[in-house]
Amino acid sequence: MAAYQPCTVEPHPNQSDWITLNMGPQHPSTHGVLRMILQLDGEIVRQVELVIGYLHRSMEKMAENVRYPHFIIECDRADYVANYHYEAAYVRAVEELAGIVPTPRAQFIRTICLEFDRIQSHLVWLGTYGLDLGALNAFWYGFRERERILDLLQELTGVRMHPNYFRFGGVKADLTPDFERKALALCDLLAGKVDEYESFLSQSDTFVMRTQGVGAMSREMAIDWGVTGPNARASGLDFDQRRDEPYFAYGELEFEVPVRPEGDCYARYAVRLEEIRQSVRLIRQALDQLPQGPVIPAGLEKGYQFLVHPNGEHYAHVEGPRGEIGIYLIGDGTTFPYRVKMRSPCFQNLSVLPELMRDCLIADCVAINGSLDLVMGCVDR
Amino acid sequence: MAPLNHAKDGLGSIVMTTVEDFLRWGQSNSLWPLTFGLACCAIEMMSAQDSDYDMARFGSEIFRPTPRQADLMIVAGTVCKRMAPRIKTLFEQMAEPRYVIAMGACTINGGPYQYTYSVVQGVDKIIPVDVHVPGCPPTPEALLQGLIKLQQAIRSREGRPRPVPFSPAELSEVSRS
Amino acid sequence: MSAPTDLQERFPSAVLQVGALDDGLPLLCVSPEALASIAAAAKELGFDYLACITGVDYPSDDQIEVIYNLYNYHRREALVIKVRIPRGVARLPSVSGVWRAALFLERETYDLLGVHFEGHPELKRILLPEPWVGHPLRKDYDMNRQQFVSKGPQGEDIVSFDPQEGW
Repeated sequence: MAAYQPCTVEPHPNQSDWITLNMGPQHPSTHGVLRMILQLDGEIVRQVELVIGYLHRSMEKMAENVRYPHFIIECDRADYVANYHYEAAYVRAVEELAGIVPTPRAQFIRTICLEFDRIQSHLVWLGTYGLDLGALNAFWYGFRERERILDLLQELTGVRMHPNYFRFGGVKADLTPDFERKALALCDLLAGKVDEYESFLSQSDTFVMRTQGVGAMSREMAIDWGVTGPNARASGLDFDQRRDEPYFAYGELEFEVPVRPEGDCYARYAVRLEEIRQSVRLIRQALDQLPQGPVIPAGLEKGYQFLVHPNGEHYAHVEGPRGEIGIYLIGDGTTFPYRVKMRSPCFQNLSVLPELMRDCLIADCVAINGSLDLVMGCVDR
Repeated sequence: MAPLNHAKDGLGSIVMTTVEDFLRWGQSNSLWPLTFGLACCAIEMMSAQDSDYDMARFGSEIFRPTPRQADLMIVAGTVCKRMAPRIKTLFEQMAEPRYVIAMGACTINGGPYQYTYSVVQGVDKIIPVDVHVPGCPPTPEALLQGLIKLQQAIRSREGRPRPVPFSPAELSEVSRS
Repeated sequence: MSAPTDLQERFPSAVLQVGALDDGLPLLCVSPEALASIAAAAKELGFDYLACITGVDYPSDDQIEVIYNLYNYHRREALVIKVRIPRGVARLPSVSGVWRAALFLERETYDLLGVHFEGHPELKRILLPEPWVGHPLRKDYDMNRQQFVSKGPQGEDIVSFDPQEGW
């Protein structure tokens, strides 16, 4: 039996010569309110202390004081770049605990929304990552396509961000009449655009030099630190919940899961680009197989959502663009949840950052931080 | 500003105005914002900069990372108590004339976060705000409208007097109320 | 043999209950003293991924329950371990030596619920400022008594109950 080993930090020989440099909480490259206190030995980063909590909006406390349908709004705002995924995790938790079976059409609509959400989240990441590393054009190109996706989702849900679209048992409203044609046209557009992004990033010597070999993370390290999503798949972990523990309509769709063994920033970038291609493939299949029928079960429309009072404990998780988004829900049969724990992928991805930044250059800090795709709303909740 | 007098033969034009109006015109058309996104509204602020909405045509092309080179602070996102002193420091580091746009419901009065222990109910409890842009989040067009309103307020003589600075005593009085 | 029964055989006195959560996930309720050894044994069995640590306050039982969600990528199976500790003396051994993912998760549980994890290398608040008083996710946290934050000369957070001294 392995003995219990507490973790220790060894002191460094010339620690008295180190300089303290503060990055954040207001910094263009920290992607939100993250504060990193760097201990520098010349140009090399020896230690990083992370300070978070600048966006702690006490969502878990609010969950105990708002009714079940109202918490969907809070979930939107947790990871504000991947709104639909947090909604999906919460709605899944409540449904599976309360025994609600979603309608088949709603499952496919949810899958389409989630995949468009994944693409636009990766485009935000691509734009800001290129911006951080000096490839400013990545910002303009990435956000240009993202606007097309948001236009389509705005037709469906009414807003560009914070859609409040998923409901227990289905979705709020059916697809607009023109949605399928426009979605297919958008898929055709996006498939070619990924090649365009590769043409100016993957073939840019500066980008490749700044990302290859930087911030390498092994598979064992990723699992031990709880890193999930594209960050873990870029380190060789071949697990994607959509394929391995399918939910919604993913069990009926075919796609590939990109996995790379290197674990450096370039691998994380390559995995995300390939995921955009696979998401387009998933959307096309889902549109093709979309069944007819209602989008919400009878007896759960509108105000009847407030009559859903689950009783018991359940952990539901989905594969978000940043990793495993989980909701541990404890309901006691009353109008308000007893406890909602939001398992945040960015919180875990962030925890490995000091290890990745050990003994790197200051300029690499920006590359590593950006490659992990952190959203501080998801970290701090 | 007095209307432009175009010579009919296109040899040039002469504009008669006051120095103050000329300065206000220049300031309003070159507001450089600070990169200060806190939460969700920051994503919409980034969308306002992209080629679809293009904040650059209003003069706000360059987002400065340091407050010492910026003259507009767009507070985009929820203001938490832990971040509040840092917002005040950043505002004080900006040189006059400086302006603040409070973007989003959270910065106006706390937004959806009314029953919390860690959210400040509005950024005007910390710094004086020139323009409030409502929405959760406001669309990029709403932010651009807020920017235009700020430009109009700067150009008009009825706007908040500029460039008279707030004294520290006045500022602490305003921010505590 | 399934993981919960395997662990129950190895630690008969420490495992209090073997069952399933409402969603069918295998569940193990253990005593607090044996948590560290059971964690190490679970990792040996292949549960190398710690997904989540949830702390729940049950003032009616005068207990806090800490729930560990584990996963085995190799065999694609999950395991939930629950531990109950008294609210007054909320102490647990840290599992951060077994799974590094616990480093941040335990700090969060300490911050919001007040559970002390013995053996954690850096147990301090993570989401709230260090001088904050109280643990907000406890059911008896007084939401009417607001605390206000300001900044000291070295950039450290200062927290007080006086609204004039912060925001």
